[in-house]
Amino acid sequence: MTTIDSSLAQPGAAKVPSAGRFAPRGRVRRMKEKVIEFFLMLAALSSVAITLGIVGVLVYESITFFRHAGLTNFLTDTQWTPLFENARYGILPLLSGTITTTLIALAVAMPLGTIAAIWLSEYAPYRVREILKPTLELLGAVPTVVYGYFALLFVTPLLQKLFLQLGVDLPGFNMLSAGLVIGIMIIPYVSSLSEDAMHAVPMHIREGSYAMGATRVQTALRVILPASFSGVTAAYILGISRAIGETMVVAVAAGMQPKVTMNPLEPAATITAYIVQVSLGDLPHGSVGYQSIFAAGLALMAMTLAFNIGGYVLRKRYREAY
Amino acid sequence: MMKVSNWPKPARNRAENGAVPAALTSAGEDEMATEPPVKAEAKHLSFSYGSFRALKDINIRILQNRVTALIGPSGCGKSTFLRCFNRMHDLYPNSSYEGQITLYPQNINIIGPKVDPIEVRMRVGMVFQKPNPFPKSIYENVAYGLRLRGVRNRKLLDQKVEEALKSAAIWDEAKDRLHQSASKLSGGQQQRLCIARALATDPEILAFDEPTSALDPMATSRIEELVSALRERVTIIIVTHNMQQAARVSDFTAFMYLGELIEFGVTDKMFTNPSNKLTEEYITGRFG
Amino acid sequence: MAADHDLRALIARRKAADVIFGALGALSIAIGLLTLGALLFDLIRTGWPRLSWEFFTSFPSRRAGQAGILSAWVGSTLIMIVTMCTALPLGVAAGIYLEEYAPKNWFTAIIEVNIANLAGVPSIIWGLMALGLFVHSTLDLGTSIRTAGLTLGLLVLPIVIISTREAIRSIPQSIREASYACGATQWQTTWHHVIPYAMGGILTGSIIGLSRAIGETAPLITIGALSYIAYLPEGMSETPPFLTWRFWKFQWLGSGYTALPIQMFNWISRPDRRFHENAAAAGVILILMTLSMNAIAIFLRYRLRKRVQW
Repeated sequence: MTTIDSSLAQPGAAKVPSAGRFAPRGRVRRMKEKVIEFFLMLAALSSVAITLGIVGVLVYESITFFRHAGLTNFLTDTQWTPLFENARYGILPLLSGTITTTLIALAVAMPLGTIAAIWLSEYAPYRVREILKPTLELLGAVPTVVYGYFALLFVTPLLQKLFLQLGVDLPGFNMLSAGLVIGIMIIPYVSSLSEDAMHAVPMHIREGSYAMGATRVQTALRVILPASFSGVTAAYILGISRAIGETMVVAVAAGMQPKVTMNPLEPAATITAYIVQVSLGDLPHGSVGYQSIFAAGLALMAMTLAFNIGGYVLRKRYREAY
Repeated sequence: MMKVSNWPKPARNRAENGAVPAALTSAGEDEMATEPPVKAEAKHLSFSYGSFRALKDINIRILQNRVTALIGPSGCGKSTFLRCFNRMHDLYPNSSYEGQITLYPQNINIIGPKVDPIEVRMRVGMVFQKPNPFPKSIYENVAYGLRLRGVRNRKLLDQKVEEALKSAAIWDEAKDRLHQSASKLSGGQQQRLCIARALATDPEILAFDEPTSALDPMATSRIEELVSALRERVTIIIVTHNMQQAARVSDFTAFMYLGELIEFGVTDKMFTNPSNKLTEEYITGRFG
Repeated sequence: MAADHDLRALIARRKAADVIFGALGALSIAIGLLTLGALLFDLIRTGWPRLSWEFFTSFPSRRAGQAGILSAWVGSTLIMIVTMCTALPLGVAAGIYLEEYAPKNWFTAIIEVNIANLAGVPSIIWGLMALGLFVHSTLDLGTSIRTAGLTLGLLVLPIVIISTREAIRSIPQSIREASYACGATQWQTTWHHVIPYAMGGILTGSIIGLSRAIGETAPLITIGALSYIAYLPEGMSETPPFLTWRFWKFQWLGSGYTALPIQMFNWISRPDRRFHENAAAAGVILILMTLSMNAIAIFLRYRLRKRVQW
């Protein structure tokens, strides 16, 4: 038992300056704090400034473009040839390219990603999950230009050989390879978020289902999946957004011929690939060609924004309360 | 805004702030014979979070160099009351104070809107329910308050740190590992470290918010001994949910219920012969 | 009993379905991982022979056999320095403001919505923004490392802000209260406690952001990164060890540049097979960098979780 020496309970001989004598005076201190807070707030406001910058630039250049090309033209014309003599300014070819590749990607990523998520959440033992989940996320760590290489120089030749046996001639640039590779690339987006949502479903809901005699797959499909609906939907929306905005894979592997087609076996240009194509060339600042990429960018931005907002609204409407 | 140098000199008129509350004068109390001055006084103190009134019209005198305990059932507002003393509520939005808490001998209302909470906290220290040492070395934990006050001299720091650790009865266990992480200490040791940290800057009042509720009985009794011994050096207010602890450690006890002060008096008298019926019911365990 | 028999058959069918689904799940994951494996295998098989000291120290050339990635990796490194110098201070400051200072009102909500939005903007849009705002505007930053670093820095900014916020959120309130109780001001508490304890999480998030920025091609193409650069920026020596004292004059900030992913893209676009081998080699390096950065970040996160017990 330590005895407490009373003499030590007295304040020491050496005096610590009492509050205020050495420390900065109250007013100065508070001013300093306010200034610091102001600069921190500016840093946070930079995000708003950036958004305004993006929207501002896109709209500004697009307005000039639309004055030249016409908005209805833009939305309905079926040819996109802004760099030709008789320029045509319909976004539909680019749109069809984007939509087709996205659909192919989703056809791969949604089933694979969701089933993988269910397996990781409901079937896999703890250690397996801890190892496989980050490994799957590595799929998203590979630079997209490397995926482009993979699509062009590995997947396309492979598919060509496959299709040859079916008597079909697959061109060197096609939307199928690009779409498939994008699909694989966004699997981690879908699976990670879905798995998080499923894992967050509380144990007692699962127990309720198992107690009724349900198997794992029944519980997973009939109870867990509906319960984590908002999270899974958010994951899908994220994947869609990502696929729409993908640039390098399509720029490398899908070709750059704008054409209105939904046939995956053909080459086509997406909105993003077009922007790359123009940027690679040498266009004078202020020309219609130059402005066309901003119009294309605006269309792209509108699509991703619509999906992001849709995802947000969906999540709010279906927010489950446990 | 109140500049520190404006804090008034100690009042000379003892009658003003030195009177002992009438309820406390009882014959035969040796400690009371010296009539300790009032250290702090709450006058019509009320406190609200948003629309919820947590404290209602509290009037109490805290005497210098004495241990005053606050007891009462969960939710009665004792912690809320304690945290008014070092302006902890200022950290959270929607809190508003009414009334005053006057600190003597400076005679300043420490919850006044013109008083800087930082100034208050440099005079009123606090030890929390769950020990919360910083994830730094033992030395740096204790030195933190000193560094905040601009002390840079290494020798002075060393000296004050050693004094504080000794006053908190943890010097022997700490002296060989001053520069190791504080997280390696046991719960009871960490709490004593937090006490040392609060003592290092010579506070005028030390507030303890249920300091032993997270500790085992051995650590608890060491802290209680410490609290008793420290009264010679600093004024102590301690919130506890454990009545027996209040009986062991304090000179005065205040019983609170639903945000109001029900009874305040000398500890021995409160526990053997309380004046208020509600107090009696709580003490005998009829509710709580 | 007939009913019993039916029930047993039903259960057997259900169990079979269970097993099949389990297999499907494992298969899905296997497909993903196998594809990754095929990608790595193909890349290494094609590109490994080209990796050599000469490859690292030569400029691109019209002759595939002599082409190298010197200007590309130097460019990438310099860009990354500017990226981090932009994103880290801005992102950490914004994160601190949002977690420690910002009141809960509509103003703060707008900022938060913006950040969430920016995190989902396609990378090529960042290039368009930079093209209009930095390259051709009154700012006239031109086609330079400065612009590239700034653009990628802003692209990575939301990641840094989000990581900072998460790291700060994991610090318990009791530590802050202890600091205030000692008499600290809000900034003192933030500077002495919040930032140091959140540093690990902030660093982890920054590394992940950096690994993403290294592989970004589209924004750089849009702002005019050239792919046939046969010189090093001002202040960098063309022979090892590449770093000269003139580096500190920062003239390289205004220089033209190329970057690893751009070089790889350029080589893929050529029909000559030998350039494809170069592209594969560049790809191997890119993957090594991004994968190892991610691995470091994951490892850091794991170590942090073990060390600091709140």
